[in-house]
Amino acid sequence: MRFSIYRYDPDKDEKPYMQEYDIELEPADKMLLDALIRIKIVDDSLSLRRSCREGVCGSDGMNINGRNGLACITPISGLKEPVELRPLPGLPVIRDLIVDMTQFFRQYHSIKPYLINNDPPPETERLQSPEERAELDGVYECVLCACCSTACPSFWWNPDKFVGPAGLLQAYRFLADSRDQATAERLDNLEDPYRLFRCHSIMNCVDTCPKELNPTKAINKIKAMMVKRTI
Amino acid sequence: MPYGLLKLYGSNGSSMAIIKRKFDVVIVGAGGAGMRAALQLSEAGFKVAVLSKVFPTRSHTVAAQGGIAASLGNVTEDSWHWHMYDTVKGSDYLGDQDAIEFMCRQASEVVYELEHFGMPFDRLENGKIYQRPFGGQSQNFGGAQATRSCAAADRTGHALLHTLYQRNVRANTQFFVEWMGLDLIRDEQGDVLGVTALEMETGEVMALQARAVLLATGGGGRIFQASTNAFINTGDGLGMAARSGIPLEDMEFWQFHPTGVYGAGVLISEAVRGEGGYLLNKDGERFMERYAPNAKDLASRDVVSRALTMEIKEGRGCGKNADHLLLKLNHLDADVIKMRLPGIREIAIKFAQVDPINEPIPVVPTAHYMMGGIPTNFYGQVVAPYKTGPEEVVQGLYAVGECACISVHGANRLGTNSLLDILVFGRAAGRQIIEDLKKNSHHKKLHTDSMDMSLARLVRLDSQKDGESVAQVGEALRKTMQEHCGVFRFADMLKEGVTKISEIAEQTNHTEIRDKSKVFNTARVEALELTNLAEVALATIVSAEARNESRGAHARDDFSIRDDNKWLKHTLYFREGRRLDYKPVRLKPLTVESFPPKARTY
Repeated sequence: MRFSIYRYDPDKDEKPYMQEYDIELEPADKMLLDALIRIKIVDDSLSLRRSCREGVCGSDGMNINGRNGLACITPISGLKEPVELRPLPGLPVIRDLIVDMTQFFRQYHSIKPYLINNDPPPETERLQSPEERAELDGVYECVLCACCSTACPSFWWNPDKFVGPAGLLQAYRFLADSRDQATAERLDNLEDPYRLFRCHSIMNCVDTCPKELNPTKAINKIKAMMVKRTI
Repeated sequence: MPYGLLKLYGSNGSSMAIIKRKFDVVIVGAGGAGMRAALQLSEAGFKVAVLSKVFPTRSHTVAAQGGIAASLGNVTEDSWHWHMYDTVKGSDYLGDQDAIEFMCRQASEVVYELEHFGMPFDRLENGKIYQRPFGGQSQNFGGAQATRSCAAADRTGHALLHTLYQRNVRANTQFFVEWMGLDLIRDEQGDVLGVTALEMETGEVMALQARAVLLATGGGGRIFQASTNAFINTGDGLGMAARSGIPLEDMEFWQFHPTGVYGAGVLISEAVRGEGGYLLNKDGERFMERYAPNAKDLASRDVVSRALTMEIKEGRGCGKNADHLLLKLNHLDADVIKMRLPGIREIAIKFAQVDPINEPIPVVPTAHYMMGGIPTNFYGQVVAPYKTGPEEVVQGLYAVGECACISVHGANRLGTNSLLDILVFGRAAGRQIIEDLKKNSHHKKLHTDSMDMSLARLVRLDSQKDGESVAQVGEALRKTMQEHCGVFRFADMLKEGVTKISEIAEQTNHTEIRDKSKVFNTARVEALELTNLAEVALATIVSAEARNESRGAHARDDFSIRDDNKWLKHTLYFREGRRLDYKPVRLKPLTVESFPPKARTY
């Protein structure tokens, strides 16, 4: 199978280049990550992040034939050759397929990604009805792979100012939690021309999310909450 | 000399000036155990550094599926004492009963605490935490099935790990992301003064000095070819401990999970059976009824894995090679599958190309969990034959989570007791460190040769000529362990396996990498990981060969029964000379009567 992979090692390369690989795969190689590991046996200098190999850790986000996804849950069979692999767009490249995610996580941290509830905790659990809990479905499952934010033109232009789809999805995760008491503070935190409102519903995030989550829907719900509190 | 070492350490490879940073506590590993401990320490105002090879939410806790065991009694009546009995029985009486009592008594409290942190547990109609039945859980000391596993769908580990990370963000814990721990720094008294670590992005090596070092590096399940474990699970903490002279306990006990996806190895949670799924052989027979008449598909994991292996061995496996079995859940309501087992459905569709709403999932027993590890007491302090006694505390060193052997899991862990373990003992270790730091108010002086062992290993790796390929040696290691030390173990295969693994372990000291870059050199990381895997594999097979009985997950063909007279004891493996020693099981609980060993049936 043929691959064309973005290579850049600042230790020795003046500029990035695309390297071609032609690799014989084994029958057990089902996912793109299997193929990359096969390539790495031949060329140990190819650098990428990977861990769980089942789509829950979020390590191996990359741009696969022009579309962001997780290598470990992308079947080889559906890929057009040569398979073109590049690092996630819009973030600085550290090396090869490894990007610097500092900005991405800074935005995630900026939304105060933790439950805020200032009441003394009860002896047992805080109660939450199944319906209240269902509000978190499709939201809490995010693996922070950054496929969505790095597919978002608004994030490309303003990664320092726009929270981005992943961060906003998590902002909504806490706004939607019946146990959280910081709704006003959380909305204030997003009341800004950039942080929330740079989302123009292009929906690349929805299209690209390897976990089939819908950040745009969450963002629209936050926008609705903003509107609601002004009237 | 290649890479930045010349610049940093002088041409002879010895340390000229140590690049170091100083913390109150250094935690190696940011999975559930490391982060639960970090939270305790950060909230108490200590200066904590948490090192992790991956961004914290990518640690392998994220892949835990089914739940956290705690006797909340939200669905059926329950008590910590019943939970304790089940855990002792599940351990095949090798678990230390004081530690097990300690864990089961605290279970409800740590689960409620996690809920208060924001954990998105599923809910019952009355608003309480949803609980589901799991294997080995009983009411009334071996009676009816209990419902004890607190769950967030089948993504409990993901929800837990993210919640703990989030709480650590709130507590301002300092993470060193993509740093790999290399070696422990010990002084001539054997006290632990810190660790050496590699910053993956820059390739720089540093000494991190601390008044307490906590190892929370997870398991080493990548010693097997078919494993549910992530690539990062290479037993780094065990390698660090073993190289610095600390023994490894009960390493022969490895859990093979009954239901890994056939061919891919990815985990299919026991929650599937907890929600009503069951296993079938090629005749469509629900064969677990023969092996465990009462508990059936919810017998202990070691029992179920052996049953699957026997079915395959006796020709009742499925598929054209008769080499797997089927996990059926299509009799369950589609909405139950979508609501309670969405992650499993996703995995089955992606990795087995079947939608479990319509078709059963092909499964095989797959290496999953390391019951053994670095010996500790239930405060997380590492205990070893040291200056004077056999169970003396190693000053400055702690271990929690899968890398530790407390031992609460003994010879076989019960499902959902591992997430409980990391919460209870992560917190306990954090609390103990706070106590111990009151006494150890100053850092001890680091010697200039503190980094020599790590530097020598790195210099060797970078200057190796005509060496072995990391990929090939790793492949040989995994294949050998799979063949020689699997679900059933045979004397001749173990003996041969010890020889083979010894040779492979030697080869890991002569590996060569072609990539010499300083920047994010994953070839270097993998070569270092392989040396740790070799320590884990060697400890495992040497300990397994010596234990002439069958207990829990250690099933010997030639010694098919448990032998309490000779073997009701913990193994201690010492790297130097590959020496084995043994220590007694702690049969006396903290407050209740001991559960004496008896025949274990389900």
